[in-house]
Amino acid sequence: MSFPLLTATAALPAVGAIATAAVPAERRTAAKWLALLVSLGTLALAAVQLVRFEPGGDRYQLTESHAWIKDFGVRYELGVDGIGVALIALTALLIPFIIVAGWHDADPLETHSSRWRPTQGFFALILAVEAMVVLSFEATDVFLFYILFEAMLIPMYFLIGGFGDRAHEHGDEAAATQRSYAAVKFLLYNLVGGLLMLAAVIGLYVVAGTFSLDEIAAARANGSLDMATNTERLLFLGFFFAFAVKAPLWPLHTWLPNAMGEATAPVAVLITAVVDKVGTFAMLRFCLQLFPEASKWATPVILVLAVISIIYGALLAVGQRDIKRLVAYASISHFGFIVMGIFAMTTQGQSGATLYMVNHGISTAALMLVAGFLISRRGSRLIADYGGVQKVAPLLAGTFLVGGLATLSLPGLAPFVSEFLVLVGTFSRYPAIGVIATLGIVLAALYVLVLYQRTMTGPVKAEVQGMPDLKVRELLVVAPLIAILVFLGVYPKPLTDIVNPAVQHTMSDVHKKDPKPVVEAAQ
Amino acid sequence: MENLIALLIAAPLLGAAVLLCGGRRLDAVGHWLGTLLAAVSFGLGVALFADMLGRSADNRAVHKHLFSWVPVEGFQADVGFQLDQLSMTFVLLITGVGTLIHIYSIGYMEHDENRRRFFGYLNLFLAAMLLLVLADNYLLLYVGWEGVGLASYLLIGFWQHKPSAATAAKKAFLVNRVGDMGLSIAIMVMFTTWGSFAFSTVFNQVGETGWGRNTTVGLMLLLAACGKSAQVPLQSWLGDAMEGPTPVSALIHAATMVTAGVYLITRSGAIFNQVQDVQTVVVIVGAVTLLFGAIVGCAKDDIKKALAGSTMSQIGYMILATGLGPIGYAFAIMHLVTHGFFKAGLFLGAGSVMHGMNDEVDMRKYGGLRKYMPVTFVTFGLGYLAIIGFPGLSGFWSKDKIIEAAFAKGGTEGWILGAVTLLGAAITAYYMTRVMLMTFFGEKRWNEEETHPHESPGTMTIPMIVLAFGSVLAGGLFSINESFVKWLEPVTSFSHGDSPVSAGVVTASTIVVLLIGVGLAWAQYGRKPVPVVAPRGSLLTRAARRDLLQDDFNHVVLVRGGEHLTRSLVYVDHTLVDGVVNGTAAGFGGLSGRLRKLQNGFARSYAVSMFGGAAVLIAATLLMRAV
Amino acid sequence: MNPVNYLYLSALLFTIGAAGVLIRRNAIVVFMCVELMLNACNLAFVVFSRMHGNLDGQIIAFFTMVVAAAEVVVGLAIIVSLFRSRHSASVDDASLMKL
Repeated sequence: MSFPLLTATAALPAVGAIATAAVPAERRTAAKWLALLVSLGTLALAAVQLVRFEPGGDRYQLTESHAWIKDFGVRYELGVDGIGVALIALTALLIPFIIVAGWHDADPLETHSSRWRPTQGFFALILAVEAMVVLSFEATDVFLFYILFEAMLIPMYFLIGGFGDRAHEHGDEAAATQRSYAAVKFLLYNLVGGLLMLAAVIGLYVVAGTFSLDEIAAARANGSLDMATNTERLLFLGFFFAFAVKAPLWPLHTWLPNAMGEATAPVAVLITAVVDKVGTFAMLRFCLQLFPEASKWATPVILVLAVISIIYGALLAVGQRDIKRLVAYASISHFGFIVMGIFAMTTQGQSGATLYMVNHGISTAALMLVAGFLISRRGSRLIADYGGVQKVAPLLAGTFLVGGLATLSLPGLAPFVSEFLVLVGTFSRYPAIGVIATLGIVLAALYVLVLYQRTMTGPVKAEVQGMPDLKVRELLVVAPLIAILVFLGVYPKPLTDIVNPAVQHTMSDVHKKDPKPVVEAAQ
Repeated sequence: MENLIALLIAAPLLGAAVLLCGGRRLDAVGHWLGTLLAAVSFGLGVALFADMLGRSADNRAVHKHLFSWVPVEGFQADVGFQLDQLSMTFVLLITGVGTLIHIYSIGYMEHDENRRRFFGYLNLFLAAMLLLVLADNYLLLYVGWEGVGLASYLLIGFWQHKPSAATAAKKAFLVNRVGDMGLSIAIMVMFTTWGSFAFSTVFNQVGETGWGRNTTVGLMLLLAACGKSAQVPLQSWLGDAMEGPTPVSALIHAATMVTAGVYLITRSGAIFNQVQDVQTVVVIVGAVTLLFGAIVGCAKDDIKKALAGSTMSQIGYMILATGLGPIGYAFAIMHLVTHGFFKAGLFLGAGSVMHGMNDEVDMRKYGGLRKYMPVTFVTFGLGYLAIIGFPGLSGFWSKDKIIEAAFAKGGTEGWILGAVTLLGAAITAYYMTRVMLMTFFGEKRWNEEETHPHESPGTMTIPMIVLAFGSVLAGGLFSINESFVKWLEPVTSFSHGDSPVSAGVVTASTIVVLLIGVGLAWAQYGRKPVPVVAPRGSLLTRAARRDLLQDDFNHVVLVRGGEHLTRSLVYVDHTLVDGVVNGTAAGFGGLSGRLRKLQNGFARSYAVSMFGGAAVLIAATLLMRAV
Repeated sequence: MNPVNYLYLSALLFTIGAAGVLIRRNAIVVFMCVELMLNACNLAFVVFSRMHGNLDGQIIAFFTMVVAAAEVVVGLAIIVSLFRSRHSASVDDASLMKL
């Protein structure tokens, strides 16, 4: 038996989480270093996955399969395709940055008793989320995936509700109330989605008699499993609803601004760049593969919702007064692009959507983490409280601008490639929707530049005076992210090479071919 | 040799990276490094030019495929370059004028603490602009297209502490993004139509597709060109862009970037030639802008804004020429190059004046400066003579050709266009003479105690002198044997067209309208003293001072409307979308409150419900059995 | 004698017990009524055992008795302690645990 690489990638952070949680109260710094080392180890394992993964090979590679709950045919089945491996790499890549960025976010306040161990808890929870997210990208058993999909809500709930922006919250009751409201809202939204999915999972088992993705897909392909149209549609809706809440898609989005606004910046990155990706990833893997006909049936409605998300999210981002909520609405707009790319049912759209997931993760991390550094300096999330930061902290302003430019998909940075692929992919099948979505690029420029102008330029505000520039630790977080954004913008081929074969499989799942160019079709 | 093409872009890109990431350590040498790399790029350009001249006209185009950029099935985007005569012309203009302006900036920005950053941005601009003109496909061109937009954004907002500069930068980027939207839609249509967006594939197959798709592509490319080249209706950003340092206005907002739209249309000539209707729209846009810019230029008292109006108007000439098809492309590019020389020279002159006048931009507070700044006066004067089309100077050759080509369009259209271009020439003469008179002639209108006008240092005057030579000679050189037209012909093709008016008549009439314009300006600003406080002026003047009210229109319709829209959406999101959710939650809360009342704590009432429940169950069981 | 008559008796006893539980307030009386219902059921079990000719019903009756005995112990203890603390054996007074 070969080394269970996939299990190891998920197990390492899980074990690390327990170990971190067990560190004694006074050894706070040791817990931080332990968490960082574990996350770097996971990154190394993810890198090994990337190396061992053969783009042209089988659909699911590095597979593992063990019986788990025999009575219900639940198996512990793992395997990665190109999309999974790319997203695992993204997750493993971002967690160390999140940990370093949140290095001081969970230091206990002086008022706390010495036995209080928030630091250990904070980093342990982050690692726990990482373990579950990684495993959910690997799971090829529907039930296993469902359990992880729900279980990751628990650590996320505590991360959102338990840790706020430290700098301005010493004893602030109102902030704590806001935070617990956001955490409960996050939990309830996702639980409702999860419940519907549970019903659909059970329904799927009743219809198919197994939870294994491979077996169901094979049975569907050779015709031995023939779902009635209505059954398939209902099951699809159950799955899709859960993923649309997680993604989040308009009008199920309102938990995201609250959660991202109240959580600390690293946790906000964890939500939008890592956890939410499970939703869009699952649309590609489960919705399209298990229910191809229903997916095609629902496409028009989903595309309209996605376009609404794009425009609506961008417009609301323009109207925000709070930096973090602005980024949250921008993310909603971006998730609209991802969903649109997935359901455009073209190679470009789906490859673009996958790249988008990766690129959005990195670009949002860059923007949000710098925003977090900014907020920690002034102790306010309100845009109006800033002004002229560029003059006193040019490095901070510069990195913030690069993060913003990545968010508005400037060519030369990674998000442009994915956004353009999504637009082209959508346009080639649904021109009208593609054109409307293109409006999003103008609005993106608007909210990013307005944010930059109001916070960074103009006369220096009195409260901003004397604001220190980025420290070494902070620069260590931002600089690599920016380097990756530039690299993937100029040379995304390594990523597309991995993703393309997986997308080919998905396209054949739904029996769709790219529309031919007009000239070629005429010949 | 073609390997040098990538180096051409890499040199300034390297400069940008080093200067922007290098930190304060490079402050002492940053400007020299930036200038050196710009000069290296120019040197490479000249080497490539010499190499190109060595080949016959048909073999001059060079292609260099660098690497596969975004390969996804049918969508194959490559990083590849195409250096042909058209690109070569631009490369020389961009790097040549660019290097001169780098040199000028050494002096101009001497006292700015962020000079290193400024040169980093300038280098970034050069790299992006070179990428724009060297790309061999539209997607890569798009990268350069937005890259110059970014550089322009950064440079307009270079003095970020001024809110007006930051706002102007944002406005420029946003308006450009609207144009970029056009370009990206054009690329999408290209991909769905021809399966590619490489120049070669698209231009070879463009004849095989129907009117609808070609028209869409053409209109969208025009939209892109309007954004970048500040043509009506996307012209509003250019005037505000003058908030940037003057070298920026000279390089980006006069000589190079704003002409990218002309490049785009000329490059896409194969597409535009297919659809007459789009060409008509192009011509109309050009004609409208040409008058619009000229009128605005007449009313501005800010020297840079007056020149910006003039830039808009001159690019209007070029766009109009490109809309004429093969009759006009070569002349559009020729005017573009000569304009690059004289307008850059004029802006640098304006910068030199501001440098000596404590950064005063109001021409009403200038006057009589020719004695204090002789070099600036002479170089500016030569640029002035060139732009108004004084016989023998650059502008005369290139603008004259465009006017001829406009008449050669034929029919009523030809007459209308000819008349518009002639009218434009008259207004050009008027507003440029006004600038000249208000700045260098007449009474001193500045405070002698506060202001001590002086000539600028050598780093600033030398580029001005070089550009002045260009302004005087370029047009004439290009016109010997029609060498410029022949040079470009393999790329843009060329046809003479039948002008209903002979060339001599056109030349004569341009000289006449030129004299009329100059005379009018002299009557108003030369003969009598210029008031320091601007008179109220006619309705048209007041409107022109406000950029013919289109900014007010934008403000009321787009800015205000947009604000209301976003505000109401925020409200809707909070009350309606979120309200539904919170309402559901509240509904459940209320329901549970009601249900809670049932638990009244009386054991006997629980017992009743138990018995009732049992009775119902039994009854149901019996009923089921009976059925 | 027709065993069905015993069933009628059982139903009658059960109804009396149920009515007592619902109507009476005194905890002791309620408690006795519960016992009455239990024993009504026991009677029915025994009758069914007789009617069907097997021992299942009688065995269950024994179980019921054991459970009832245990229940009496717990129930009386609760009533006694309730009476001690509140000086009343009324079930309506004991509504402290409602929300």
